Amino acid sequence: MKFLKIQTRYIPLMATAAVFALLYIIGLSSFSNFGSLGVFVNLFGDNAFLGIAAIGATFVILSGGIDLSVGSVIAFTSILIASLLDKGFDPGTAISISLLFGICFGASMGCLIHFFELPPFLVTLAGMFFARGLGFLIHPQSLGIKHPFFLNTVGDSLPVKLSNGVEIPFTASCFIAALILALIIAHMTGFGRNVYAIGGNEQAAKLMGVRIGATKIMIYTLAGFFSALAGVVFTLYMQSGNPSSCVGLELDAIAAVVIGGTLLSGGVGYLAGTLLGVLVLGLIQTLITFHGDLNTWWTKIVIGVLVLVFILLQNLVTKMTKKRIKST
Amino acid sequence: MEEKQKIFRDNIFKRLFWPLMALGLLLLFNLIFTKGFFHIEMRDGHFYGTLLDILNHGSKVMILAVGMTLVIATKGVDLSVGAVMAVAGAIAALLIVQVESGWIFVQGCTLGGLVPFLNAHHMSWFLPALAAIMISLVAGLWNALLVAGFRIQPIVATLVLMVAGRGIAQLITDGQIITFTNRGLTFIGNGHFLFLPFSVWIALGVFAIVAIAVRKTALGLFIESVGNNETASFYAGIEAKTIKGFTYVVCGLCAGVAGLIAASNIKCADSNNAGLYLELDAILAVVIGGTSLNGGRFFLAGSIVGAILIQTLTTTMYARDVSPHVAAVPKALVIIIVCLLQSETFRRKAMGILKTFKNK
Repeated sequence: MKFLKIQTRYIPLMATAAVFALLYIIGLSSFSNFGSLGVFVNLFGDNAFLGIAAIGATFVILSGGIDLSVGSVIAFTSILIASLLDKGFDPGTAISISLLFGICFGASMGCLIHFFELPPFLVTLAGMFFARGLGFLIHPQSLGIKHPFFLNTVGDSLPVKLSNGVEIPFTASCFIAALILALIIAHMTGFGRNVYAIGGNEQAAKLMGVRIGATKIMIYTLAGFFSALAGVVFTLYMQSGNPSSCVGLELDAIAAVVIGGTLLSGGVGYLAGTLLGVLVLGLIQTLITFHGDLNTWWTKIVIGVLVLVFILLQNLVTKMTKKRIKST
Repeated sequence: MEEKQKIFRDNIFKRLFWPLMALGLLLLFNLIFTKGFFHIEMRDGHFYGTLLDILNHGSKVMILAVGMTLVIATKGVDLSVGAVMAVAGAIAALLIVQVESGWIFVQGCTLGGLVPFLNAHHMSWFLPALAAIMISLVAGLWNALLVAGFRIQPIVATLVLMVAGRGIAQLITDGQIITFTNRGLTFIGNGHFLFLPFSVWIALGVFAIVAIAVRKTALGLFIESVGNNETASFYAGIEAKTIKGFTYVVCGLCAGVAGLIAASNIKCADSNNAGLYLELDAILAVVIGGTSLNGGRFFLAGSIVGAILIQTLTTTMYARDVSPHVAAVPKALVIIIVCLLQSETFRRKAMGILKTFKNK
């Protein structure tokens, strides 16, 4: 019985892995260069900012909430860093300031959600408008970065060099580091367990002595931090700041989390699933790029269909679990 | 009976108080600081002026808000309306181009002259408009199937169409922006009828139809009941699933009408930008209007006031030379303030702080 229980829990995760494998095999059989290490490494490098944003979204969704401000915060951080560098600040200060902004921004959204019992959906929606407008207030257009740290150091000396000329770009290393940090927070701390508990049943968690308020504010603070970090990585990747970038990225992040098998009602899910979800999204993009003839809007349709399939799968799993609980 | 009516009237006043207050303050601000805001003039038998522009541009959000109100009253939400608008606009633009180029006419003849009268010049707008409405009906049915049929959470279920819808719209238009000049179709978003912009009449019509349907029949009561407690409503003999699905279909239809107006406004179908973020505006309008996101009660008139409030805010920004992008900042602040004022918890806490001050 115990064996079966573990299996039901891991079904969405295994399904995501299967989709990933299937897409990869399709790629391998259709295009000769698809199997090269470079393509696989770039999957991490090109989707690093989406991945980091999705990690933050995973925590929020695990707790039963939602964060719609991700894309705007990324855009705001990128233009903030670009304009700070333009004013002569050094990169360390600029990055610290933007990370600090993300933390404060997330914390204040968390406070509004907890203290005044406003729905997360509305508060983060307002946060989305706010951060987007703030970005345009700083600088209304795209702003290139000329600082040598961003142009040379990150490109030349920070990547990890592998054999046969492939190197892991710095953005990918950031993604992996963020993932490890998140894994530790989610699975090895009391805070992580509290997140799962609140998402499972807030009332029950409260009665068990979980400090709901502190945990909730902490969750949104963490999400704000990861969004800002995603913004930093995005800036490194694009080497410029643009207040109108990443429109709708929050939906891609949520889609990645859903495809990764996390229940949107909260309480069930894994960060490993989110990683797989991001890689699946990246793989779809890569496949369409490799194909060349297909138009990019096919990406959206395929993502939509995948989200639907995984939601239906989740429903099935939930029903199976409920049936099992009833029968025991 | 009289007492009941009094309570009812008080209730309406209480619910509408904050949004009307905000709207009043905003208009007062404009009266003092914005030149010519209240200027209305008569040209060619139609009224023109900033106030009418607000109504004209606000009509899309008003129509969306009407449908969204019903959905939110069942404790749901429909995120796909913006994408559905884009699809509806794309279909209408594609068909009008084909009707005008004669393609549909040829097809009509081969079908045995099935629709000859539709090909008459003054009726050429009818088929595209009907197709746009039909496709939005299909979108609404799809959402209804997912939410009511498969019991998927509304945010997630409608997310599917929100993500895929824009892709579908671009597939329809082949990634191009289709422009059209058809008089009938451009009239929807640009024409005037009885002094007012035609789109305002459409918004009023949609509001009136839905308001009568829900308040003069038991439908509204059923919707509120399902929003309060779906299981209890089911045991009380209400077809909870059907009612829930119905609200998504109405919401889809409203999105289709709004999509037609949006396409007609700019005389083209732009799949990337048509209705972008309008789902959020519509949800805001509903919440500002006093409908709780927790479902169980709804207030159509409030949603209309909310939509007008949002549009007035936007127009005020433009009138004061604030760029559309920066205008998002004050918009966000207004959202938070209105939500705080409506939050029981906030009012209780604020009262508590005030009392401690008084005691000191």
